[in-house]
Amino acid sequence: MLVAVAEVATVEDEFEIDGLAIDESYVEYDLNEWDDYAVEEAVQVKEAGEDVEVVAVTIGPERADETIRMALAKGADRAIRIWDDAIAGQALLDVAAKTRLLSAVVEAEAPDLVLTGVQAGDDAFGATGVSLAEAVGFEWAAVVHDMELADDGSLAHVRRELEGGVEELTDVELPAVFSIQTGINEPRYASLRGIRQAQSKEIAATSLSDLGLTDDDVDAALELVEMYEPESESDTKFFDGAPDEQAAALATVLREKGVGAE
Amino acid sequence: MTDDVLAVAEYRRGALRDVSFELLSAGRALADGTGGQLHVAVVGGDVDAFADELNREGVDAVHTVDYGEEFNHDVYVQAVAALHAELDPAVLVMPNSVDGLDYAPAVAGRLDLPLVTDCVGLEAGDGLVATREMYGSKVETTVEAPLPAAVTIRSAEWPPTEGAGDASVEAFDASIDEAAIRSTVTGFEEAGGGDVDITEAEVLVSIGRGIGEEDNLDLVFDLAEALGATVSSSRPIVDSGWLPKNRQVGQSGKTVTPDVYLAIGISGAVQHVAGMKGADLVIAVNTDPNAPIFDVADYGVVGDLFDVIPELIEQFS
Repeated sequence: MLVAVAEVATVEDEFEIDGLAIDESYVEYDLNEWDDYAVEEAVQVKEAGEDVEVVAVTIGPERADETIRMALAKGADRAIRIWDDAIAGQALLDVAAKTRLLSAVVEAEAPDLVLTGVQAGDDAFGATGVSLAEAVGFEWAAVVHDMELADDGSLAHVRRELEGGVEELTDVELPAVFSIQTGINEPRYASLRGIRQAQSKEIAATSLSDLGLTDDDVDAALELVEMYEPESESDTKFFDGAPDEQAAALATVLREKGVGAE
Repeated sequence: MTDDVLAVAEYRRGALRDVSFELLSAGRALADGTGGQLHVAVVGGDVDAFADELNREGVDAVHTVDYGEEFNHDVYVQAVAALHAELDPAVLVMPNSVDGLDYAPAVAGRLDLPLVTDCVGLEAGDGLVATREMYGSKVETTVEAPLPAAVTIRSAEWPPTEGAGDASVEAFDASIDEAAIRSTVTGFEEAGGGDVDITEAEVLVSIGRGIGEEDNLDLVFDLAEALGATVSSSRPIVDSGWLPKNRQVGQSGKTVTPDVYLAIGISGAVQHVAGMKGADLVIAVNTDPNAPIFDVADYGVVGDLFDVIPELIEQFS
């Protein structure tokens, strides 16, 4: 199994924009929340089966080793980290470029199943998994909230989480790519033993040429040209003061709406 | 490439979804920008009835692909790709829905089109200019792509097109290859059940990630009791298993329209706001003054819920 994970940037409440990115001093990096569920799902399949290898793959700079080591600590067997100067030079690595990178990994690793998160918490394109499936000729399902593999390995029964609290039950032929929705499982915390073991697991630093690709393959058709803070649409009336004063003001508003009346 | 625009409608279980009519508005505006015609595709379901409904103001042609009863991405990819090859439009517009994200990336890949998802603003001329958010609505970005291009649009960002149209309606033979259909929808299920119906509540006390730990939920239930309110939540609380799915407000949960919606420790992600913006009065308590929940709140308190909520309970005791 291959699990594609991303290191995502989370931004502090107050921040500044520097050109086409958030100023680095307001940014922290973490394993993408959706991918955490994808890793857990893969590790659960590994634990339930025999002879299952879980390989984590990410696109990211050396800093991302820390993130992918979390996946290793949680039970992935080895990892691949793709990076290259040509990738670093892109302000926005678009879906097609990510797809070309990950396709090369799928072709080399030949997994039966690829899991990834529904979207990345930062740029939220939500498209890489399905795009990858199309590129490598795998079947797929987006926004998977439950997953069960048939005993003969030919098929997976999945539930896709649709809008409005409705789930779609679908049978998907393997090999396939599933984009995993939060809540599908309860992601484990890495154990001390897992963290220790992860230190000795392989993270293969992989360049474009290692994948048989060239700089052109990461040349995005999309161009990020501007980043700005949206003008607030808020006409919220804020209650200032100490918590008891704020609560008293809220209580007045609530009582005017008839709340709390016996 | 023509100057035309192709929009792909969405339906589920016998009815067109609202986003289908929003796609018409987005599609028409794009076609005005490129100077072309607006084509609309509907793939499967009761295509004739859907075509009638989609024949609204500004639509030049509706193309029906009569194949299957429900959404299947393998059918959609084939049908949309075939129709795209026939019409050769400048922009392909699809919904950024759960089903949209299940076929749009594959269609774009197959047709080798640049894809911009979750657009909240679009302009087309010589190229495509899209507005999209990043970092949970903290920033907006402008993204440019060459034409032809493919986009998905966020729901409820464009108004639905209402007026009657005079489009031509044409059946399109997409020559669907059944051997390439490798997934089968076997049914639908309503998630959750339970004894609480948050859609009926007049006052909702809704809790989000800011509550921190499961044990702290007691505080929220105490407040709800003091106010005579019902407890609901945003997604992370349900994902963590602290409340059942039937308490979840938002795109993948319930849509609620209470008299009062008290959002506590909820940042207000777009998926959440989609489920509660119809509330009569919205009050938000959050530590982050820039939290998107304040874009929809009538009243706000910037502060720590663990300071404010006990005081509020006191007010009603």
